[in-house]
Amino acid sequence: MDTTTFIIVAVIKIAIVVFIMLTGVAYTTWLERKLVGRIQNRWGPTRVGPFGLLQPLADGIKFILKEDMVPDSVHKGLFILAPALALTMSLISIAVIPFGGDITIAGHTTALQISGITHAGGGISDINIGLLIILGVTSIGVYGVALAGWSSNSKYSLLGSLRASAQMISYELALGLSLVGILLLSGTLSLRGIVEAQIIGSEHPWLGFLPHWYIFPQIIGFFIYLLAAFAETNRIPFDLPEAETELVAGYHTEYSSMKFAMFFMAEYVNMFTVACLASLLFFGGWHGPTIPALPLLLQQLLPVLWFAIKVFFFIFLYIWIRGTLPRFRYDQLMAFGWKFLLPLAIANIIVTSFIVAWRG
Amino acid sequence: MIIHQILFIIFGIICVAGAVNLLVQRHPINSALSLVVVMASLALIYLLLGAEFVAAIQVIVYAGAIMVLFVFVIMLLNAGSEERTRGSHIAFFVGVPGVVVLAGTVAWLLIHSGGQLGSIKISASDFGNTQDIAHLLFRDFLLPFEITSVLILIAIMGAVVLGRKES
Amino acid sequence: MVPLSWYLILSAILFSLGVFGFLLKRNIITIFMSIELMLNAVNLSFVAFANYWNTHPAKLASGANVVPLSGHVFVFFVMVVAAAEAAVGLAIIISVFRTRETLNVDQVNLLKL
Repeated sequence: MDTTTFIIVAVIKIAIVVFIMLTGVAYTTWLERKLVGRIQNRWGPTRVGPFGLLQPLADGIKFILKEDMVPDSVHKGLFILAPALALTMSLISIAVIPFGGDITIAGHTTALQISGITHAGGGISDINIGLLIILGVTSIGVYGVALAGWSSNSKYSLLGSLRASAQMISYELALGLSLVGILLLSGTLSLRGIVEAQIIGSEHPWLGFLPHWYIFPQIIGFFIYLLAAFAETNRIPFDLPEAETELVAGYHTEYSSMKFAMFFMAEYVNMFTVACLASLLFFGGWHGPTIPALPLLLQQLLPVLWFAIKVFFFIFLYIWIRGTLPRFRYDQLMAFGWKFLLPLAIANIIVTSFIVAWRG
Repeated sequence: MIIHQILFIIFGIICVAGAVNLLVQRHPINSALSLVVVMASLALIYLLLGAEFVAAIQVIVYAGAIMVLFVFVIMLLNAGSEERTRGSHIAFFVGVPGVVVLAGTVAWLLIHSGGQLGSIKISASDFGNTQDIAHLLFRDFLLPFEITSVLILIAIMGAVVLGRKES
Repeated sequence: MVPLSWYLILSAILFSLGVFGFLLKRNIITIFMSIELMLNAVNLSFVAFANYWNTHPAKLASGANVVPLSGHVFVFFVMVVAAAEAAVGLAIIISVFRTRETLNVDQVNLLKL
């Protein structure tokens, strides 16, 4: 594939993925309001469109038309930089996530991943360090939160942002360590390589029917990853820094209209990234039954459907937990991260490495 | 390849601009954020040099953890902009010319005889991948690895003891 | 095809800017950040030479081969030491701030003659 075709195809892929993701984020807010409403025995949005389906559109119009206030005493540069940084870092992590194998349209074959490159022989190259890139982007996302609170020049914002960023840094450790078990089993840091290790291993299923998804050997790693990811994305039960009843509204107290919407979107895009990673690393990504009778294009899109189903399950889990559990107090939260999750993650690494060394 | 040189020049200019901004800014938070920009552009230069693992841990450890620590301390202490006090005279009159002479000598040497050193190419080889670094780290460099883990333990204990309030 | 000397010149420029910051700035946290800048400049030299030894293999004086990836491993250790130093140094700065209420190094001069 020559250079101009490659660039055009890449731009099209980026546009499609970002569009699908932002629409998905908007409709995740709708899903959340509906589901939490039903859990609390009420309807949720019903008025705007059938089943309230146009509610995100109404919310978007409201955000755009609201007055964008910048208080006088803020540090203007950092005030505007913080939500932009948070949203940009969330969106960058989508570039390394593989959605499926490859796809052939009008004679051009391209990988179903923004950073994937197909070879003439049929293989797909990925970034060797895809998992580390996602961890790095999460680390830089802490700056968005920290700078938002500090630039707002208000004590509620500063306290909220310090709590939120301390929480995010503490749980980054448990997040990274919980993924080391996966690395020991798959031997590669590339996300496509991890999924393909699961797919290739599934050709000899355990007990005759269980696919080689890493959730089965790494159930403790999955538990640690899920809890650490909930804390990283500041969702219930770990959302003390931004709860409405605590510290006014935490680090986004002074933000209005579009900048607040950017923080909001950054949180939901982070949720989406966590759901994608969980399904890639622990549930085999796009691994699912194939139907050979379909035409080629649909056959290549079927793995994307399995991936989407798994991601939807995780987003449903996020919303379900939000509607059901109370939130942790801040000292309970930090004690849980440092005194329970971190030693458990290290124990998981030790046990996994012994078993891997013993078997091979 | 011309694109390699263009990319290096762009990232190099961003690096130097960030470092100069660190010196020029009065408020330490602006200096800290310029240093983050320097580290990010250095991570990109490491990618140009084929060091993918080092680039990733530069972003995760240096820009994402150490600099967050600096930003936290600046936010907590909230000491404000730097005042203009008279510094050490020796530092100004001997240090600055000394460093200029040293850096100038190094730069002149490299410009004149640097052509004999050869050049860096971007290649498709597997250089700098994680498995090879892991082999080196846990076999040939095992003793320094264990010593640095003891060092980190000592640093944790020191930071906790120093950070405690007098009760 | 970037000459190795360009990377070394960039490293020298960053290092000298770090030394300027260390000598000329009066805020103790900015002085600390200049030290981190110097460490980063050195890391760049290590990585540049690691790539260089990969394409131009060389032998040590004892006859053993130079291992190119050891440059990356040294960078790893430099980062670890920088992290430990930053943690302890910032804890010391916080202690100094608690007693002297200032971050200006010229005002922490009680022991001066």
